[in-house]
Amino acid sequence: MSILLVAEHNNAALNPVTLNVVAAAQAIGGDITVLVAGEGCGAAAGAAAALPGVSKVLCADAAVYGKQLAENVAPLIAEAAAGHSHVLSAHSTNGKNTMPRVAALLDVNMVSDIISVESEDTFKRPFYAGNAIATVKSSDAVKVVTVRHTAFDPVATTGGSAAVEALGSAHDAGVSSFVNEEIVKLDRPELTAARVVVSGGRGMGSGENFKILEGVADKLNAAMGASRAAVDAGFVPNDMQVGQTGKIVAPELYIAVGISGAIQHLAGMKDSKVIVAINKDEDAPIFQVADYGLVADLFQAVPELEGQI
Amino acid sequence: MKVLVAIKRVIDYNVKVRVKADHSDVDLTNVKMAVNPFCEIAIEEAVRLKESGQATEVVAVAVGPTQCQEQLRTALALGADRAILVETDGFPQPLSVAKLLKGVYDQEQPGLVIFGKQSIDADNNQTGQMFAALAGLGQGTFASKVEIAGDTVNVTREVDGGLQTVALKAPAVVTTDLRLNEPRYASLPNIMKAKKKPLDTLTPEALGVEVKATIETLRVEPPAERQGGIKVDSVEALVDKLKNEAKVI
Repeated sequence: MSILLVAEHNNAALNPVTLNVVAAAQAIGGDITVLVAGEGCGAAAGAAAALPGVSKVLCADAAVYGKQLAENVAPLIAEAAAGHSHVLSAHSTNGKNTMPRVAALLDVNMVSDIISVESEDTFKRPFYAGNAIATVKSSDAVKVVTVRHTAFDPVATTGGSAAVEALGSAHDAGVSSFVNEEIVKLDRPELTAARVVVSGGRGMGSGENFKILEGVADKLNAAMGASRAAVDAGFVPNDMQVGQTGKIVAPELYIAVGISGAIQHLAGMKDSKVIVAINKDEDAPIFQVADYGLVADLFQAVPELEGQI
Repeated sequence: MKVLVAIKRVIDYNVKVRVKADHSDVDLTNVKMAVNPFCEIAIEEAVRLKESGQATEVVAVAVGPTQCQEQLRTALALGADRAILVETDGFPQPLSVAKLLKGVYDQEQPGLVIFGKQSIDADNNQTGQMFAALAGLGQGTFASKVEIAGDTVNVTREVDGGLQTVALKAPAVVTTDLRLNEPRYASLPNIMKAKKKPLDTLTPEALGVEVKATIETLRVEPPAERQGGIKVDSVEALVDKLKNEAKVI
């Protein structure tokens, strides 16, 4: 077996989720080749070469790959997939955007969002918003797979010394171009990588009220999240959404404030090590998964919590 | 510009999903079915483009068994002009769906094709992107804003960490995210009118597509239950537990 692993990175550094995807690749077994496509991405390729278990790094450094446009990157990945049994990436917005395109170019189906590797062709994945787990077997010649990073423990960042090989081909499909991006500058850790996450739900009442969570988040160096209900209500942007259709997180401590605990939200956070729920409704389903539940008015409890930690 | 909207019939999002006793699949016997919520957003976006004069015609298409006509009628009641059912046994896997939709695309020649970003049953998040690859089109996935300017479709996308805007050459593909719009409800007069709108049926053979399944579901099980913990009676007790028992702060 031979795995082509598509790295997630920002040209300067690897996104930590790549370490979890390498762990999933190791669970499948076989040679691991990491593909780093970007613009000025030598540093990220260097970091990939140092990962344990990686035998080769392919670095495609070209302007057309700078913004990870799927139309340009997918043909590169499909080309590099020749001779490989698997193509893996994180189930990130990037992976979700690009990998189905790769699968279609290879004329195969794809297995999204795996949470375990049962064998080289058999995987477990959640569906129905996490209400059911399917064990699926792919008979495709190349297995195109995205990995739920929280389901795999990350590998170390050092220990390997793979060779980096430059890939010359620059695909420009000519059908899309980058206009701009508004990447929220965070003073906090990234949601999917944070040790602590503080999330608010519909019970917060307004976007303004999310400010009271910031004090707690600051003290715990936590990322801030939200339920789909809070996003739907327009309190906060969608990139804060934790849940089956948003981000999947598994921090050491997850604090759910004013979140009832809809299954779609639980699907995104129930693998957290310790879950705390603060909600005034003592029958809220969130209490069924919380290690520590506090039935209280959040507008009193949250400032009190900030004061005591 | 003609807009093609691909929709899927799925379990209603309010229905509690249960796994069958023999672990072969989830139990869909006698459950309420509906238009996939992300596909409702796709229909709404197309209808708004028509209402603002940017789209000339909205065509809804579904792939699946006969019963999908119900969801196509819903799309018609929400404002689509006509509908096409590509009738198959059960629901094909994403690559086959993408190939069938490519066949419809070739016949219809729309300027924009809108999908929901994922269905709430299979949760694959694949079909729109696969279709775009097969048709050689640009894609604006997870869209929170769509603007048409001549032959260019500007799509603002919800990405990890924020928003990204891309410019796509029409014809183009858009997949919808939650915040793109808030779908309307169908009014009774529109539901009645929808019954008279055209709904054509096509077969995979007519489109020259072989429907193939390459992913086999071996077993379906409910997720592992997480054991609930305890309730604490004060913030003080909570902080004490987090510090001294869980040792996470």
